[in-house]
Amino acid sequence: MPKNITQKIFESHLREQPFEGTYVLDLDVVMCHEITTPVAIADLEWREKDRVFDSTKIKAVIDHVTPSKDAKTALQAKILRDWARRHDIKDFFDIGSNGVCHAIFPEKGFIRPGYTVIMGDSHTCTHGAFGAFAAGVGTTDLEVGILKGVCAFRQPKSIKVVVSGELGQGVFAKDLILEVIRQLTVNGATDHVIEFRGSCIEALSMEERMTVCNMAIEAGGTCGICLPDETTVDFLWSFIKDDYNNDRDAAIADFKKWHSDPDAEYTKVIEIDAGTIEPVTTVGYKPDEVKKLRELAGSKIDQVYIGSCTNGRLSDLHAAAKVLIGNKLHKNVRGIVSPATPKIFDEALEDGTLKIFRDAGFCVTNPTCGACLGMSNGVLANGEVCASTTNRNFAGRMGPGGMVHLMSPASAAASGIKGELCDPRDLV
Amino acid sequence: MKDFGGPVIFLDRSDINTDEIIPARYLTEVKKEALAPHLLEDLEIDGFDPKGDKLKNAKVVVSRANFGCGSSREHAPWSFEVNDITVVVAENFARIFRQNMFNCGMMAIELSKADIDRIFELAGCSDVECKIDFAAKKMVFTGGGKTVEQSYELSEFDASLVEAGGWVEFADSRY
Repeated sequence: MPKNITQKIFESHLREQPFEGTYVLDLDVVMCHEITTPVAIADLEWREKDRVFDSTKIKAVIDHVTPSKDAKTALQAKILRDWARRHDIKDFFDIGSNGVCHAIFPEKGFIRPGYTVIMGDSHTCTHGAFGAFAAGVGTTDLEVGILKGVCAFRQPKSIKVVVSGELGQGVFAKDLILEVIRQLTVNGATDHVIEFRGSCIEALSMEERMTVCNMAIEAGGTCGICLPDETTVDFLWSFIKDDYNNDRDAAIADFKKWHSDPDAEYTKVIEIDAGTIEPVTTVGYKPDEVKKLRELAGSKIDQVYIGSCTNGRLSDLHAAAKVLIGNKLHKNVRGIVSPATPKIFDEALEDGTLKIFRDAGFCVTNPTCGACLGMSNGVLANGEVCASTTNRNFAGRMGPGGMVHLMSPASAAASGIKGELCDPRDLV
Repeated sequence: MKDFGGPVIFLDRSDINTDEIIPARYLTEVKKEALAPHLLEDLEIDGFDPKGDKLKNAKVVVSRANFGCGSSREHAPWSFEVNDITVVVAENFARIFRQNMFNCGMMAIELSKADIDRIFELAGCSDVECKIDFAAKKMVFTGGGKTVEQSYELSEFDASLVEAGGWVEFADSRY
């Protein structure tokens, strides 16, 4: 029977089916951060089961509020830090070496095609960009993952989104995924994996694929997934070349075992011509409320935020810097940029990108999730509006009474210069 | 197994998200009990008061589509749990929220839109009660002299999690 990539991963990782329709999978990677893990740790201690199934398969990072802003967040960080030390978790990233989880873990080569990955974070779907099945879970699933190395899922169903053609000038992966979410709606992919296919997806870099897969959850999707190919091999090369005796072609051929079969089944197929997509943003408080930026021109903003697990990678900073170079933020707008990992920070510092941000008037902060969920480093006041490269525009998300417009880094930069929502192609 | 059933509160809107159930600013708590006063604090629906008696007394929530969308935070089901709300009935749920409910030994019951509409006909009545027969998979809503009987489906896995008291208990005995 022909199978899609997700079905192949499920089959290869199946521990058991305790009941029809329930799949308990063995996990390759269990990722942890300081917001959702401490309660799992406390519960394991309370049950006198403070153990980990395999310390090499557990990755941990302090990223949501870092450096800690108060006693409570310092305690959360401490609980995670003490636990990582106690269990000899080598891949633990503390202040100074820490970055946004969905940026730093792939950067370290932890995610490979065909892997099963969970984390107590809804944007774990990002890692499907590598051809892995990666799902956000709650603390109890995380706790069982830490203790037993398994997680239960329903029978996988997939939606295929086929994107052909090329993205136009000023149009980015973020615009593409916002268009997909607009079409699917906020629960159009619930209990489904969104499989991204087509010539446009194949032409995307790993960073762009991560941007696309990152927002699968905003359509309710369990995971976004791309088929692993040459681009995947090249991104992972320094980590995998020994496994393939330095034979790149062998790696490319091997990754094909995770490709969907031609006649695999999908609940739904959506076809999109990338050439028809324009720079867009969200309005309102749901990520499927998407409009062309040109239709919203003139709408004032107070803050620009560039960063997050969606758009805090080097190519994102470059795209924004290209718009910002030689320009200044509008006098009524403050800008915040948070490179998503220390490596990205260093590279952007060395190649002059951060200088462009500084010259434009931006505050450069350390890597952190902070402002995206209104926890630190750029929270909005009541009534304020932010042009943001993050992934969620719920009411009050970035601060009670605040409003977030989701958009690409180039659009956010253009809007910051103009002081109002602006299509990057219209900046003169 | 937890207790199920009791006074009902209706939340008449789709897409109630996890930020509305428990805002991110309270995710710095490491004890579930600390979430109790903040349940649904940011939810704005006409006639709904997050500090009112209706929510304080409720044991069952009835809502519309895509309940619990957004973040993976289990703080959302915990916020219900520490307020003695152990059942949410809706047209459908975001996957992670639904799984989190059953993982905690609570119930996220999905019904058709027509069935939800029928239950919402009681929404105007004061003191709506819901009795749940777990073994028979039946709910009986009463209020304003009216009664709505409703059967529901649970997967074998979800029912087992409820009976076991949650996923940790289920998994620990099995894996």
